[in-house]
Amino acid sequence: MVLDLSDRQWLWCAAGLYTAGFLLGTASIVRGGRMRGVLIYCTILAGYVAQFVGLGIRGKEAGGCPLGNEFEIFQFTAWSATSIYLLIGVKFRSSVLGYFTSCLGAALTILSLSIPAWDAVRRTHIFGGNPWIELHASLAIFSYGVFGLLALTSTLFLFRHFSLKSKRLGGWFSFLPSILDLDHIEVRLLGAGAALLTMALVFGAIYFTRDTPNVGHFKLAATVAVWLVAAVAFALRISGRLLSKRFAWTCLALFAAALLSLGAVDTSRHPVSKPAAPQSTQ
Amino acid sequence: MSEACLFVIGATHHSAPVEVREKLAVDSEAALRQELSSVGGLREIALLNTCNRVEFYGVAANEAAADHVQAVYCARQKFQVGEFEKIRIRLTGREAALHLFEVASGLDSQLVGENEIFGQVKEAYAAAQTHGSTGAVLNRLFQKAFQAAKHVRTNTGISSGRVSIANVAVDLATNIFGSLATAKVLVLGTGEIGEGTAKAFKSRGAEDLAVASRSIQHATEVAGGLAAKTVSFEERDAHISTYDIVVCSTSAPNTILSTAAVAAAIKRRPARPLLLIDLAMPRDIEASAADLQNVFLYNLDDLAKIAEANRAAREAEIARCRELLSERASSLWEHVQRYLDQAGQPTQGPASAPAEAPRTGA
Repeated sequence: MVLDLSDRQWLWCAAGLYTAGFLLGTASIVRGGRMRGVLIYCTILAGYVAQFVGLGIRGKEAGGCPLGNEFEIFQFTAWSATSIYLLIGVKFRSSVLGYFTSCLGAALTILSLSIPAWDAVRRTHIFGGNPWIELHASLAIFSYGVFGLLALTSTLFLFRHFSLKSKRLGGWFSFLPSILDLDHIEVRLLGAGAALLTMALVFGAIYFTRDTPNVGHFKLAATVAVWLVAAVAFALRISGRLLSKRFAWTCLALFAAALLSLGAVDTSRHPVSKPAAPQSTQ
Repeated sequence: MSEACLFVIGATHHSAPVEVREKLAVDSEAALRQELSSVGGLREIALLNTCNRVEFYGVAANEAAADHVQAVYCARQKFQVGEFEKIRIRLTGREAALHLFEVASGLDSQLVGENEIFGQVKEAYAAAQTHGSTGAVLNRLFQKAFQAAKHVRTNTGISSGRVSIANVAVDLATNIFGSLATAKVLVLGTGEIGEGTAKAFKSRGAEDLAVASRSIQHATEVAGGLAAKTVSFEERDAHISTYDIVVCSTSAPNTILSTAAVAAAIKRRPARPLLLIDLAMPRDIEASAADLQNVFLYNLDDLAKIAEANRAAREAEIARCRELLSERASSLWEHVQRYLDQAGQPTQGPASAPAEAPRTGA
């Protein structure tokens, strides 16, 4: 408990703040006014802090990074995407990116909080005190958060591309960043995500070589497949062979693949060691 | 009951054509301020002097002081008072406050919603402060005007969208490239439209400009005025790939840029978008170039439609802005009027205005 609030209560606060950011952006669009980038940014920041506290409480209980079930993986993914947005949102004229980030954060946190089964059982001490495994897992899920933000940026790119090709620049489209800025953000996010996932796999490989029987091959295959898509897409983009809309669609497919691989990651965990804490405080 | 009043007197682009505004423009504000300081009953004064308006915002012991300000100004400009009265605006009280709110918000500008006026009003206020000619009422009035202007710009679409073809073209380019500081612009054809568009790009930060024309002499002249390079018109196909934005406005009877030439150009720069702006009639660029990946082609009709949509959107916002500003002006004026009624100070010169501001929530 922090400030008399349980972990889930903090996470509900975060969901509420992300939703508030999303509603603020929507209200600006409906009113036809300028999107309040600073206000949305501060709302997301507040949600991020609340989520950080909530995950921190769970991490303390779990004795490591809170990645013990699907609930925690979704929460951590949302937190990772928000972390990256808070870093790049300042640099770019991206109130729309903030709007979409708050939407993603709200969707992932509310979805995970609304499905009790995802948090019914919770593994603790899943890393067995091995910091390398913990680093591997947290980096991998963090990279998925980066891919989440990449998917949002790619969606914005596709909207901007559509608006420019169809010559519709007014209304909602006027809030979008320039297509070149979006392309630059995409490339950087993909590069960062691919680098993080590469590091995660390298650290995972150290463990894999020492304890091969305990590594789920399905999980390994799924994670390597996601890494391959990211690495190949990045290489093709840098060499100028995957561009514009096709690049954006590939980034969206990458995030979809990452989300699908989460099931494989979760099912290949070690046996459950501890039931989840009572969920009386939603 | 005090007769103290807030007033604005002046002339703007609404009633004064450019040749009249040239005569009304104040060339020496310092000298005029000096003369105005002798106007009896004038407590506070600020001068807004731009290419589209000359306006005096004042607080005086009575309305007659406004006429004295007019007389001093007309005498200095050697402008007939009778003629000035035909074109002037003269507002008092709440209407004067509302007028400043609308001016600062860009609602009274020639190009409604433009931002430049906000800075000009700020400069006018700063100058008046520097000369000690503002006091409680004008300080509050201008501060509230700035707040109101920021409010309507943030909460309405009054500033969004451009309404001239050249500016629409530049806005379009920012939708693709963001900042234009690093964008390379090539203008093919140096007629009035081409030159105007090149100037618009230059004024919005594009530094790498080049022009090409069948007439090398004319191209050189236009390039000189814009600090731009010249490019051989005949070798235009070879140059396209080095530019991000190509503006065509020639009077050629046929297209001067083929889809094949554009395709070859984009192949040499696949990762960077190419914006083609065709302002010519008949068109200069083959229409099928729009189908190429990373190529965005806009012709005169496309830009005109965007300009029209912007204009319509702004007009819809004007009524909303006026409503917002009117509420704020009423609230401010209610407090200022109470202050003026209560103050009842003896008449003072503009440099010794009362220091304590009336407090309002406007």
